[in-house]
Amino acid sequence: MKPRQKRMTIILGGLAGLGIVIALVLNAFQGNLVFFFSPSQIAANEAPEGRSFRLGGLVEEGSLRREDDGLTVHFYVTDTAQRVPVTYTGILPDLFTEGQGVVAQGKLDGSGHFTASEVLAKHDETYMAPEVAEALELAKGEMPASSSLVQ
Amino acid sequence: MNINWFKYASPASFYPLAGKMIPWFAVPAVILAVIGLIMGLFILPPDFKQGESYRIIFIHVPAAWMSMVIYLAMAFWAIIGMVWNSRLSSMMATALAPTGAIFCFLALWTGALWGKPTWGTYWVWDARLTTQLILLFMYFGYMALHAAIEDPRRAARASGLLAVVGAFNVPIIYFSVQWWNTLHQGASITPTKSEMAASMASVMLIMAIAAWLYSIAVTLKRVRCEILDRERHAAWVAELSTEAK
Amino acid sequence: MAELFDMGKHTWFVWGSYAVFFIFIVAELVLLGRRRRTIWQRLSRIKRMNSGDNNET
Repeated sequence: MKPRQKRMTIILGGLAGLGIVIALVLNAFQGNLVFFFSPSQIAANEAPEGRSFRLGGLVEEGSLRREDDGLTVHFYVTDTAQRVPVTYTGILPDLFTEGQGVVAQGKLDGSGHFTASEVLAKHDETYMAPEVAEALELAKGEMPASSSLVQ
Repeated sequence: MNINWFKYASPASFYPLAGKMIPWFAVPAVILAVIGLIMGLFILPPDFKQGESYRIIFIHVPAAWMSMVIYLAMAFWAIIGMVWNSRLSSMMATALAPTGAIFCFLALWTGALWGKPTWGTYWVWDARLTTQLILLFMYFGYMALHAAIEDPRRAARASGLLAVVGAFNVPIIYFSVQWWNTLHQGASITPTKSEMAASMASVMLIMAIAAWLYSIAVTLKRVRCEILDRERHAAWVAELSTEAK
Repeated sequence: MAELFDMGKHTWFVWGSYAVFFIFIVAELVLLGRRRRTIWQRLSRIKRMNSGDNNET
């Protein structure tokens, strides 16, 4: 092979490699284009049945219940219109609390109960000092649930 | 005032101009970065939910912004270079790429280290993270393609085309959090609203301006290298090297 | 002093981000400086070659 042809081959090979990498990434992404389903979407039967998917929403206030083993938790995920009961056994992220956004990976059984294998916290775009948050809470009586998930 | 802008489109006259411009960007960049770092790391209070981990925002957001802005600037200069056949514009595009790639990697890295304590994971394949990763591959592709072709004109044309194609990814990254359900939260600061406490937002903006100034300074420095490299047989460069460096 | 750098249980994440950020920026500047020096070395070589040619003629 002449040096010129050789270089051309390397360039074409490189471009093909870039194309393949991007195709693979997009393929991994395609299944996640709808990264999570909301409780309303589940109520409308839009979520896949019998296979694992992600459920997203807010942990309903007052719904969190811990079992004695210290690892299993039960809670409702809500989008303020619909709610889905969730059971999860494992370590929860630090930000996981009632009223906080959450994305859970798992399966829905026939009775509409969601068993999660992984729970991630989804936080909103608000940032402030703890003192400010406390003052706000005092002023409003109670912090309204974040609306970023329901948009 | 009638400045002949086209005079500065020639590498020979832009080279000394760029040299004079560098300190005007580099010095304020350092000053702002020092102020921003001290404020962001030691003076500002922690966040009400995330605690100390939110301090990563002061480098994460500027890095992410720069990675997108620099790619658009790269595509812009590549188009100018191709349409008007201007050598300097193509050199600008080439000089921007490494800085953009570094900021793109740093946005991903700081994002991963921020995601673990807040979300509970270093990485997810959601729309925002995936499109940002593709941006990094586009930077690598651009630099590799440019380096692989020896003839500077053809290198500029081929890599410029790739830069323009990849530019369509940038608005997708920015709006991904609105268009799709993502784990990544929405933008805290947009032209119309801010969901950050004013003190935190101003430190983030100080760091963002520092990143802009740094990027301009380092790009000017690199474009000077680029000019010398490509014009090394020109008479003006020979004269230049007889003087002190 | 140590208290100043303490980020609670987030110390590794915060300083891990900032440290890598700093390393990359410094690396970029060092590599750029090195590139500049190599180019100048090459330029002075070209110049010496040219003046050598002139002597021969």
